[in-house]
Amino acid sequence: MATAPFYLPPGLPAPVPEADGLDAPYWAGTRRGELLVQRCTRCRAWQWGPEWICHACLSFEIGWERVDGRGMIYSWERAWHPVHPALKDHGPYIVVLVELPESGGIRMLGNLLGDPRQTVRIGAPVEAVFEPHGDAKVPLTLVHWKPA
Amino acid sequence: MSTKDRTLRGKVAIAGVGETKYYKHGQAPDSEFALALHAILNACADAGIDPREIDGFASYSNDRNDPSRISAALGLPALRFSNMQWGGGGGGGSAAVGNAAAAVAGGVADCVVVFRALAQGQFQRFGASPPVVTAAGEPALNFPYGLISPAQRFAMRVMRFMHDHGIRHEAQRAIALASYHHAQANPRAVMHGRPLTPEAYNASRWIVEPFRLYDCCLENDGGAAVIIVSADHARDLKPRPAYLLGVAQGSEYRNAARGHNAPLYATSSFTTVAPQLYEMAGIGPADVDVVQSYENFTGGVLMSLVEHGFFTAEEANEFLVVDSLVAPMGRLPLNTSGGNLAECYMHGLELVIEAVRQIRGESTSQVPGAELSMVISGPMVTPVSSLILGGEATL
Repeated sequence: MATAPFYLPPGLPAPVPEADGLDAPYWAGTRRGELLVQRCTRCRAWQWGPEWICHACLSFEIGWERVDGRGMIYSWERAWHPVHPALKDHGPYIVVLVELPESGGIRMLGNLLGDPRQTVRIGAPVEAVFEPHGDAKVPLTLVHWKPA
Repeated sequence: MSTKDRTLRGKVAIAGVGETKYYKHGQAPDSEFALALHAILNACADAGIDPREIDGFASYSNDRNDPSRISAALGLPALRFSNMQWGGGGGGGSAAVGNAAAAVAGGVADCVVVFRALAQGQFQRFGASPPVVTAAGEPALNFPYGLISPAQRFAMRVMRFMHDHGIRHEAQRAIALASYHHAQANPRAVMHGRPLTPEAYNASRWIVEPFRLYDCCLENDGGAAVIIVSADHARDLKPRPAYLLGVAQGSEYRNAARGHNAPLYATSSFTTVAPQLYEMAGIGPADVDVVQSYENFTGGVLMSLVEHGFFTAEEANEFLVVDSLVAPMGRLPLNTSGGNLAECYMHGLELVIEAVRQIRGESTSQVPGAELSMVISGPMVTPVSSLILGGEATL
């Protein structure tokens, strides 16, 4: 491949499911290329990030539902200062917060693929891109975003 | 009884303030615990009380210096109150004063010290990634994307706020310049003798857009402490009492929803807290003489001032110019010691001390006749808190 397989260099903290199992369905979903978020089985409210109870109706019967990974940039930032040794000499990178209007307006984080110096516009449509790390000690998949 | 009958207004006062010398991070010659002890004893000396009169402690942000160890070290006859305000960053600075005040007003303790000590050379720095190889829970949604430090966490909120209201970078710059201006008059300030020009600000590197280097707080070593006693007790002591007129803490609806899902996202977390504060104090923003507003990042100060009603978001570009923010003649003298940007990052307890100095008439950038002095603690975290101090005439 002509380009690096991953958006950010290796060595950043790797995500692991929580010990109590709360977010395990999300991380398992990303491994299959599916974006799962919570949705209450009783009142149908969307919820992200995960919690043990529905914030709208207080039901513990909160389920998981697949979303299509299409959204709009709600906010963004371009990080320059390397706060982690893995980012030293890497240069700037972009993190976006993406709103999913079809799923109750929940928001998800990730990197914005492409030129790290690109102009970013709040409101621009984006879609989810899966970045599998199959060789990681505990295999995982990150979710990024690209212009739609 | 209604909330109004149960007010803390006028019941207690800050009777003593104490600090160590403030150091660049990693340069304190003393251990963090010794810094806490020095600050507490300095506050006792300022108040003119015997340290053995202390019977309670309140702190915040998981301060590492355990009140029981301090009590043993100082040989206190009895410990009656020990309290830790939940939450990180500087959000608990005013809340810790409020917790101490509630204990004193409620008869739980008589003389409570609020303290904070930091020696980052001996512990982990705030602005660097923690030394972890995995991330779970909230960090798992953030860290793998390089969203790790407080600056990175809060840039996302400020970017949205600036977008929503058309706020220019110059508004953030004015906040930084005002802090550096005041630090030049304050010999205690770490940045004393190191003035900041608009040109130097403009030329400074990005940390994370929309924050340049000078939009970000320092990281320092030192200790700070204030002593809370009843209003009656404070009147018998030498320093002019700084009475607590109002204090509030908390955050709005689902502020802590994970993965940046707070419904009201672009907030400094004060939209419900500030009205509670004014209600207890019985004043409005136009009455406030001087403000110390916690600067983790200048954009957070900007949002805090909006949410405390000093101007609207739409007025921010016009209001936030250096002339408005500097003592003695500015419309809203702000961070008159230099604050977290230029005096010392003592997690905002130095801001409480400066607010007391303004009431006493002892600031190095004094606002003439200041009687109502506000502290805003910890924008964008949750819980946040703020307080209002007043002189005798305001009771």
